[in-house]
Amino acid sequence: MISSTYLNKKNSSAPLAVFRIGFGLLMCYSIVRFWLKGWIETLYLQPSFHFSYYGFEWVKPLGDFTYLLFIVCALSAFLVAIGFKYRLSILIFFLSFTYIELMDKTTYLNHYYFISMISFLMIFIPANATFSFDNLINGVSYNKVSAWTIDSIKVLLSIVYIYSGLAKLNSDWLFNAMPLKIWLPSKFDLPLIGENLMQFEWVHYAMSWGGMFYDLFIPFLLLYRPTRLFGFALVVFFHIFTRVLFPIGMFPYIMIMASLIFFESEFHIKVLNFIKKMIPSSDKIKYIFFKINSELTDVYVIKKEKIILYIVSIFFIFQFLIPMRYLLYPGELFWNEQGYRFSWRVMLMEKKGYSVFKIVDKKTNTSFFVNNEDYLTPFQEKQMSFQPDFILEYAHYLGDIFSSNKNENVQVFVDSYVALNGRLSQRYIDKTVDLYKEKESFKHKKWILPLNDEIKGL
Amino acid sequence: MYKKFLIILFTSFILVQCSSSDDDANDINENNIAYDREKMLVYLADNIIIPAYSSFKSALTDLDNSTKTFVASPNQTNLDDLRSKWLVSYKSWQHVEMFDIGKAEEIYFKLKMNVYPADKTWLENNISSGSYDLDKAENYSSQGFPAIDYMLFGIEVDDVEILNKFKSNFKYTNYLTALINKMVTNTSTVVDDWTNYRESFVISSDNTASSSVNKLINDFIYYYEKGFRANKIGIPAGVFSGGSLPSNVEAFYKKNISKDLALEAMEAIIKFYNGTSYDGLSSGPSIKSYLTHLNSIKNGTSLSASLETKLQSAKTSINSLSNNFASQIGSDNNKMLNTYDAVQSVVVLLKVDMLQAFNINVDYTDADGD
Repeated sequence: MISSTYLNKKNSSAPLAVFRIGFGLLMCYSIVRFWLKGWIETLYLQPSFHFSYYGFEWVKPLGDFTYLLFIVCALSAFLVAIGFKYRLSILIFFLSFTYIELMDKTTYLNHYYFISMISFLMIFIPANATFSFDNLINGVSYNKVSAWTIDSIKVLLSIVYIYSGLAKLNSDWLFNAMPLKIWLPSKFDLPLIGENLMQFEWVHYAMSWGGMFYDLFIPFLLLYRPTRLFGFALVVFFHIFTRVLFPIGMFPYIMIMASLIFFESEFHIKVLNFIKKMIPSSDKIKYIFFKINSELTDVYVIKKEKIILYIVSIFFIFQFLIPMRYLLYPGELFWNEQGYRFSWRVMLMEKKGYSVFKIVDKKTNTSFFVNNEDYLTPFQEKQMSFQPDFILEYAHYLGDIFSSNKNENVQVFVDSYVALNGRLSQRYIDKTVDLYKEKESFKHKKWILPLNDEIKGL
Repeated sequence: MYKKFLIILFTSFILVQCSSSDDDANDINENNIAYDREKMLVYLADNIIIPAYSSFKSALTDLDNSTKTFVASPNQTNLDDLRSKWLVSYKSWQHVEMFDIGKAEEIYFKLKMNVYPADKTWLENNISSGSYDLDKAENYSSQGFPAIDYMLFGIEVDDVEILNKFKSNFKYTNYLTALINKMVTNTSTVVDDWTNYRESFVISSDNTASSSVNKLINDFIYYYEKGFRANKIGIPAGVFSGGSLPSNVEAFYKKNISKDLALEAMEAIIKFYNGTSYDGLSSGPSIKSYLTHLNSIKNGTSLSASLETKLQSAKTSINSLSNNFASQIGSDNNKMLNTYDAVQSVVVLLKVDMLQAFNINVDYTDADGD
């Protein structure tokens, strides 16, 4: 499928070095920021219960060692940035970061998943070929790397954009301007545009359609040299604008940094030269940094490249397939959320729920409702209220608590209402189904009541 | 290429800096179509919150005076007068409990005024020891209206015995006086603060966790769900416990006024929702008109109207209950549970549909989105 001439093609190693430095520093900063905001405490240590991913129930916060986990993660990100023991560092970063994300799915964000995926890919990419401490240690730096290593990052980015564009091809987004019609008017306190632009209906439509076109076409604008700079200007504008509008943390900066990979190597060499100038002179360090401009044309030879190519190919096949898995489930995706995560469905819907659980003792026929605050943080309760897998997991948690004294007659029912994209709320889960008897699986959850409406599109 | 890149980066940086800076001289566009939240805050403060507070304060002053008369000469006439003043002020309280904002929030006003059931044992301990600190959390359930309910109706089996107790044991009159004094002081602290607080209250109309609009709306929902739905109906009916708890009704010792208090509270809720002034004579911008405004933007189904309908039917359902919720629970708890369901159906609209329309987050959930 991929010709051997392409696989033999070489490119400058500078783009990988710039990407590695940018990624490592942003990740290091993200972890420190996360810590400083007190989120380790509030998201991972305070809750008495954590929502797990199916199959990863064994991944839990580690008590006080959770801080150590974050230290390891931040440190490995920094080592990635400077390119010290790169292969080991990026592996540790991938594992620690992914472990953190798996601890509680309440905090699931597409961009966390993106970071896990890109750091996995980076394990197989020689991003330390130049401008790294590994060069210092080994006394050798490489000016060229296989072109596919750079292109694989471009492919992953393109998948993210195009899938999130495809996800916007639905009637709610395009023809009702939902959820922007809810979100934008609430930004009334933005200076200059809050009281006017954000309130206009045509703005909601324009931004919906604009966002869709942006996502679908930005990879091509970046790939095609004549439109590249324009494309990059769009990237910067789009992400900064969404950053102003929504609390999306580090994501915009990561995307802006990542899209630099589309630029030619001359650009990246200039960036590296710029960084070089900023670094205090030390002969030994200088020696390494000079090498990026040297006439040497050492090519980094990837060991066992064939196996690595297989791994990377399988990785991309999964990247293509995972967002499509929702097609295997009946019903409305936005409503049932079966196959919603890990699919680049970014800021796509406004969904709110209210779910309270009834514990029934079928022997004595007594029942009572649980106060969610006793078991969940407000954030967990919010996320649980409208996602079926959360509802099921929590029902089991409650069932276990109330059957602790060997009571085998406990049943758990839920009174659940959800509103999607401005529709009036409707009952979400069949209230006659004992959720304590239902098991989590990849099968369709039959106890989700269907949405009383149709959303057309992908 | 590199230069152009730098120019793009630089200009966008400048743009972000400009657009995220605080602009105090933000002149209000005459033709803006955003809902005027500040106007709503002004109306709610001047026509509902502040009048409700001042009316409550004067009811408490009356209660205070009657207490002094009663303590000076504990007889049946003065007891009856004291009881009626207690009832008037208790009803008046139903109009202010939901405003857990400003000083009220700061001093845990509602927890010092209306935590029930009153802790009888703790109360008696306080009375006999005479040493207690009403500002401590351990004493929340031995002060305020529920504690007075116990002292005026529950310390003995009948009025003669109750009067005897007050006549013979100064510790009872002391504690009663202490309770009333504390209520008066706390109320003055809260009400007097509104004179200054009003100004900062009405200008805080942003969409942030700490802005007046968001706090007021969150407080309203919280009150409806906890103070009203759970405390007055759900908990005594046994919704959260598996068995009914009739002694947890409001004003348990007085016995026959739990419905009146619930209806009074419902009245306050509906008025606040509709934007009806405290005196009932005028109406103005409120949650309802805000919702109607947002509905008109998204051409959505009329949430504001369905909320009003459901509030009214919840009220009708409460009205069908016995005056004494405790006896209602004893005779036919299903009626109580049906009322709970009617009250509960409003919670769904408030917490799901209304919060979605306002795009307000439930209190202080702090994390990134994507």
